[in-house]
Amino acid sequence: MPPPDGASFTTETGAARAVPDDASHYTVLMRQRLLRLSGAILVLVALAVADILTGPAMLSLFDVVTGLFSPAQADAMTRVIVLDIRLPMSLMAILVGMSLGIAGVHMQTILGNPLASPYTLGFSAAAGFGAALAILTGFTLPVFPWLTIPLAAFVMCVLAAALVFSFSRMRAMRPEVMVLAGIATLFLFQSAQSLVQYLAAPEVLQAIVFWLFGSLLKASWNNVPIVAIVFALTSLAVLPNLWQLTALRLGDARAAAVGVEVSALRIKLFALVALLTAGAVAFVGTIGFVGLVAPHIARMLVGEDQRFLLPMAALMGAITMTGASVVSKLISPGGVIPIGIVTALIGVPFLFFLILRGQRRHW
Amino acid sequence: MSLQITNLTVAYGQKTILRALEDHWPEGQVTALIGCNGAGKSTFLQALAGLISMQGEATLSGKLLSPEERRQMIAYMPQDTSAHSSLTVLEVVLLGRLKSLGLSLPKGLAKEALEALEAFGLASLQTRQLDEISGGQRQLVFLAQALFRQPRVLLLDEPTAALDLRHQLLVLERLRLIARQNGTIIGMAMHDLNLAAQYSDHVLGLGGGRKIASGAPAKVLTPETLRIMYGIEAQVSQDAGNPLQILPLRAI
Repeated sequence: MPPPDGASFTTETGAARAVPDDASHYTVLMRQRLLRLSGAILVLVALAVADILTGPAMLSLFDVVTGLFSPAQADAMTRVIVLDIRLPMSLMAILVGMSLGIAGVHMQTILGNPLASPYTLGFSAAAGFGAALAILTGFTLPVFPWLTIPLAAFVMCVLAAALVFSFSRMRAMRPEVMVLAGIATLFLFQSAQSLVQYLAAPEVLQAIVFWLFGSLLKASWNNVPIVAIVFALTSLAVLPNLWQLTALRLGDARAAAVGVEVSALRIKLFALVALLTAGAVAFVGTIGFVGLVAPHIARMLVGEDQRFLLPMAALMGAITMTGASVVSKLISPGGVIPIGIVTALIGVPFLFFLILRGQRRHW
Repeated sequence: MSLQITNLTVAYGQKTILRALEDHWPEGQVTALIGCNGAGKSTFLQALAGLISMQGEATLSGKLLSPEERRQMIAYMPQDTSAHSSLTVLEVVLLGRLKSLGLSLPKGLAKEALEALEAFGLASLQTRQLDEISGGQRQLVFLAQALFRQPRVLLLDEPTAALDLRHQLLVLERLRLIARQNGTIIGMAMHDLNLAAQYSDHVLGLGGGRKIASGAPAKVLTPETLRIMYGIEAQVSQDAGNPLQILPLRAI
């Protein structure tokens, strides 16, 4: 028998049909997400200020403000420290954090894997090998000599990406094939990197190891704009795909069913991640953890909608990097501990806090 | 408006999954696609929806549809209701109209999506995560998503598999109503032959990638075709005023 007239779907409580009110929960959720994004921006600004205020030179607040806003009145030393050392370092921390945060989200989305990060597919190991090779051979570019090591890292990173890509392409860009090919590439370049280190003389080895630590000391007005441009272009490129990426979180079959060209989207995002990672890693070395964890923190705060998730992951990456930068300067007031060592130290407790506090699942 | 399927063939390399299928689905009618496991039901629906490549033709009101047009006009709802995603329920429904989503949502779209959810009594779940609700509720959410697309042809892969009896009846009743009111052509793969008999206007029986039978439920759902398609002995009866009743007796 067909259901009698008036039989209808009821809400999960079995209660009578709920009439959706005008201020729907979804609108409230949207507002909450925007609020959290604004909050994250404020935190980042505060940390960036703290970052510029701290450093081995022990400048006073007044000195820094003068150096920043009326450089003509500051003495030459202060001007150089604030404008040419601290400001590029702070900007680099923000840019690298944003790049790694976004690259991390992309990786986790296209591989459908919560453990993925920009480094999963061996990009950073390749960059490290490129840099180590350049340091070992002592080769220098005839023009822009400062670009030699970053360019070697960048090129090797893109080569690794091409390797993983051409392999995965043969198997229709299936995520599990990409992960396997990527991990194989990771070990390949790690071995190559170890070989270079083994062959290197002690003082060269020291330079290589220092590069691999990941440090903001290499930031300058030469390289900050390059990272900024790579970040801006890759961000623009992903704008038309935001909802498609959100749809990908339903799985390939359902994403395809609502009109996503899954394989083409993977290829595009794969290229963007390679560029973002190469751009970030080339100038500061390998900075782990940010690209893995910033996406998770962002997901806990604003959910899976990529319109909110991507900016939040960028902000969380930048906050982690800037926070790590401040901490690295505070724990050794004389020198600066390489930031790559500090990021995990401050990021892990925060992640644990969020995991323990949250009631919901986040992947 | 009607959907004409001609010579539909799907092959992976040497292996032919579907061979030269023909059928005609009129406007506003519900077709049940039946057949044993591995008969090619899901492949048939996916090929028709332009999601896997096929040979042969599909024409809508006499107009030949390209794969791209099929992807646009034909909505396919996959069978799997497992979901490892923390997307919220309303976001899932919104994704049904992927093409109209941008940086900001078109005015009124969220409200429309909410109404699509409420049609299945799920408005109160709108901000719950997909992995927090039950399998049956997820199936209803995916149904809401498919209907939110407002497709001209709606293909559903076992749309009631995860639902309790009451919701099975409600969903099939709703789908038939949508077909009648909007002229939507609905095709659904089904395992429950009694429900197929009760709610479909037309039955297409597949076996081994071929068409075994096609026509009105009473014509297709006979002991003979059931023996061929499923390898079972079944008793088919009909009381006056009631739908066809199929009683499976034993496997042969």
